[in-house]
Formats: sequence, C-alpha cells, structure tokens
Amino acid sequence: MKTVLALLVVALFLVSVATGPAWWPWRLGEQVGWSIVLDLRLPRAVLGVLVGAALGLSGAVLQAWLRNPLAEPGVIGVSACASFAAVCAFYSGLAAAFALALPLAGILGAAVGIAALMSAVRAGTGTVSLLLMGIAINAIAAALISLVLALAPNPFAFQEIWLWLAGSIADRDLHHILVSAPFIVVGAGIVLMNRRWLDALSLGEDAARSLGVDTRRLGLWLTLAVGLMAGAATAVAGMVGFVGLVAPHLIRARVGFKPGATLVPSMLVGAILVLAADIAVRVLPTSYELQLGVFTSLVGAPFLVRVIRRAQASWLAT
Amino acid sequence: MTGLATHSLVRRRGERTVLDGIEVSFAGGQLSAIVGPNGAGKTTLLRLLAGLDSPDGGEAVLDGGRVDRLDAAARSRRIAYLPQSAAVYWPLLGCDLVALGRLPHGADLSRPLAPTDTAAIDRALARVGGTPLAARRIDELSQGERARLALARVLATEADVILADEPVANLDPAYALEAMTLLEAEAARGVCVVVCLHDLGLTARFADHVVLLAAGRMQASGSPAMVLQPGVIDLAYGVGFRTVTVDGIAQPIAWTYRRQNPSG
Repeated sequence: MKTVLALLVVALFLVSVATGPAWWPWRLGEQVGWSIVLDLRLPRAVLGVLVGAALGLSGAVLQAWLRNPLAEPGVIGVSACASFAAVCAFYSGLAAAFALALPLAGILGAAVGIAALMSAVRAGTGTVSLLLMGIAINAIAAALISLVLALAPNPFAFQEIWLWLAGSIADRDLHHILVSAPFIVVGAGIVLMNRRWLDALSLGEDAARSLGVDTRRLGLWLTLAVGLMAGAATAVAGMVGFVGLVAPHLIRARVGFKPGATLVPSMLVGAILVLAADIAVRVLPTSYELQLGVFTSLVGAPFLVRVIRRAQASWLAT
Repeated sequence: MTGLATHSLVRRRGERTVLDGIEVSFAGGQLSAIVGPNGAGKTTLLRLLAGLDSPDGGEAVLDGGRVDRLDAAARSRRIAYLPQSAAVYWPLLGCDLVALGRLPHGADLSRPLAPTDTAAIDRALARVGGTPLAARRIDELSQGERARLALARVLATEADVILADEPVANLDPAYALEAMTLLEAEAARGVCVVVCLHDLGLTARFADHVVLLAAGRMQASGSPAMVLQPGVIDLAYGVGFRTVTVDGIAQPIAWTYRRQNPSG
C-alpha cells in the first residue's frame, strides 16, 4: 500500500508542476518555461509534499497519543497557536530581520498549544472535552491574532495577514522550503522512532507504562515533534485545516488500526491531499485563486461531522 | 523463586492517607488476592507493586530491589500488569492486541514479528483458548472474549509477576471461572500472581493467600480460611457475613447490612 501511495504522491507532484495558468510550462521555451517551473511550480509542489506530510503525520500522532480519532492540529487549536506566534514574528520585525524567526515562532506557538491542551485534558479523554478544549484554544488564539492585527499600523498588512492565515502554498520560493524542511524531517524522525510506544498507548496510560513506556518523556518528545512539524508547516503555509484529521482516517482500517503502522501512510496521504487540493484551487473557475486552507476546510469540515457521528455510534465513544 | 513485598508502605493523596504502613509479601507460585471494600486502597497497592506509582513512605520491592526504581525496560519484562476495565482504544485485531504484550521484548507491530515473539503470542492465545479470536477485530467480540484476549496480552509477556486489577469484574460466571482457572494455572507454573478481587467466593476458592485491606490498612493476611471468616471480614466491610461450605471450602456471603461508618 505504501508503494501505491508513494507513486500517487509522485504522480500528483508532476501534475502540480504542470498545472496553472500556463499549462505544461516547459513548452514555452527554455527561458520562460524553465523559470516558471523552477521559480513558481517546483517550490509549490515541494511545499505541498512537505506541508501535507507534516500535517498528515501530526494528525496521526495526536490521534494515537490522545487516543481520540478527532485530534488534529487545526481542530484542537495547535495550528492557530502557531499562526499567532508567526503573526507576532511578522509584526515585531523579527521575521524580516532573521530568516528562521518565522518557523521558530511557529514551532514555539504550536508546542505551547500542545502543552496547554495536554495540561488541561488527560490523554484518552472523552471526545467532548477534547473538542471543547480545542474550541477554547482556537478562540484564544484567534482573539490574540485579532488583537495584534488591530495594533498593526498598516491596513494593507492587515489584509495580507488574513489572506496568509487562510492558508496557501502559492508564490513560495526556495527560502520557504529551506526554513521548513529540516524541522519537518526532524519531527517526523522523532515520531517514527517512538512508534512502538504509540502502539502501547492503545491500552491506556497505565498499561502502556507497564509495557515499558516512559509516558512523561514520550510526551515531551511528541510535543517537540508535533511542534516542529505543525509549527513549521503553519509558518510557511498558514492554516491548512483538516488534512491531519482526514489522512489517518482514510488508511486506518487498512493497517488494522495499529497506531504505529498508521504513521507513514498518513504522511503519504497527507501529501496526496495537499497536492490534490492545491491543484484543485488552481483549476477551479473562481475569479481569483481560492486559498488552499479554505478549500481543505470546505472538504474537510463535513468529514469531521461524519467522524463525530460515527464516534457517537461506536463503542469508542466516551 | 520470585518474591514481591512491601515494607511499611505509605501512600497519601493530599490530606488523605490512602495506604498506611502496608507490610506484606507475595510469593512466586501462588495466587494472591487483595480484597476489601471500595476505596480500601486495592488499586493503589497494585499500582505501587507494579512500579507505576511511588510511595510516600516505605517501599515495594521485587527480589530485593525497589520496583519504582527499576529501569522501565527491565521492569516491563518482569512485571505484567492488567489494569481495571482493560480498555482498548482502537478496534485492533486480536493477534495485534496480544502482540502488545511483546513490546517489552522489543517487538514492533509495524514490522514482521520475530519467531520468538510469534511463538509467545501463539502460546498465550492457546492458553486462554483465544486462537480462533486472533483474526477477529476486538470490537466484534463479546466482553468475555475481549477479557480472554486481555489476559492473553498479559501472558504473552511471559513475566515473573502478573498483577491484575479486577480481572473478573463484569464477566459472567463462566468467563469469571475461566479467568480464575487461567490465573491459577499461571501461579502453578511458578508465576507470582496478585489480583484485586471483589468476589469473595472466587477468592475463597482460588486464592492461596488473601490480603484484606480496609481504610488503607491491612486488616489481615493469610490463607483464605483464616482471613475470610465472618469475625474478620465483618468489620472490614461493615456487613454481617454468613458462610456456606461447598466441597469443604467456606464461602462467605454478605447477609446483614449494618454499615454505619463508611470508612469501616
């Protein structure tokens, strides 16, 4: 299955490079064509893979860790916290002064969001309290973002930020890849090294500890890993919601619901979803290009409703 | 032979002393039961024995070394723990659930298992009669069948000590007798088995050693015949017991309600 998913990622990557106002750009001649491919399309496709993989894997990790199929960076407010921190980095001028300020702020914001969530809800907690906590964190982060924007001297910057918050990987360049890829790769590595312990958590905290899991240390590692992945992804792409929710769901039954085995396929499906969504926003006949995050929410939110209804029906509901 | 013991064990929660000066030892080859009314501290004691919690005073030791200071990996291979209700949060396949018991031995469920792990899983499934459940999803199974697999998960670790918190709660008589017979068989193989139990009838019948807790203190410790006498358990439970003797085993039956002081 992983091979099929990987091939799909490659195929969509190529379609992504080919798609846009100028189709098959390489036929436009060496200079124009290659400049479109290298400067516009390739960074976009590469970021699609990186951001999608980061969000898909973050969702899979949070769901395994919290033992709740609704956990996802967007739903529980981690992306919003990362966005708030990134907005602060924009406005303080840090982002302009120092290239890594934006991703580092995003990572810090995401980690703080996770820590806040974990201190308030106990792992394996019920769906309702998790969602309520997510609502609270999202509300706080959104209010803080509005506050910072209200303090902004320039109304154009205000509009620009709101557009960025809606989530997009258009008009990005090599710089965005360089400041996000290392963090995402390290975060993914940390998660994959800990996958056996995510399996153990299927039995709850006490049983997992009796199987040799140091739950406190695991919590710190996972906070760092999801912070790195979701934080860096949000810093370069804004808020792209629901990918982390949908990706693990699409493959979970196929890997026998084992949390550890869900990780790599979720990463690949996440990349597929973001690449496909990013192709769709370019193809859709809207008067200006739809924001990627708007599109993923349009498709993903009904999915959330479906999962909640299913969770209520099943014995997993708590 | 494996020996698990506590020395002047004390555990507090805020102002309340949950366990006060518990002095008890559990031997390998025996099935020991911890009994007592709700809130007596049974689960707290079992978690301290499992090394999942640290005492405020005294110590819990396994073969002379403190369990809460054992290296997590080493502890997980020596002590297998079955929590109360034994919840499983994902609808895993039966064989995958049992395979989790091999994590202490380095198994990785995302990869093909080593032959030693597969063999241990098969043995555990065979012992609980769960081989036909291996390929089934646990959300399709009955509670009794899930309890069997939960027990198989614990057996698969092949630990020296098995600690089980209310393994027969919510089970019908057939599954309850089956679970106790399985734990008895493990003890007969030399394992040190300690279970928290509510059913005093099953305790009288299956336990080699009974520890009676009430209000955080150890009220009695010894053979079932010694501990499960009306004069001893009446006070602990705040209930008048009568006994019925079946096949030479005295079965205590709660008969007259006279609880006045909830802390016993």
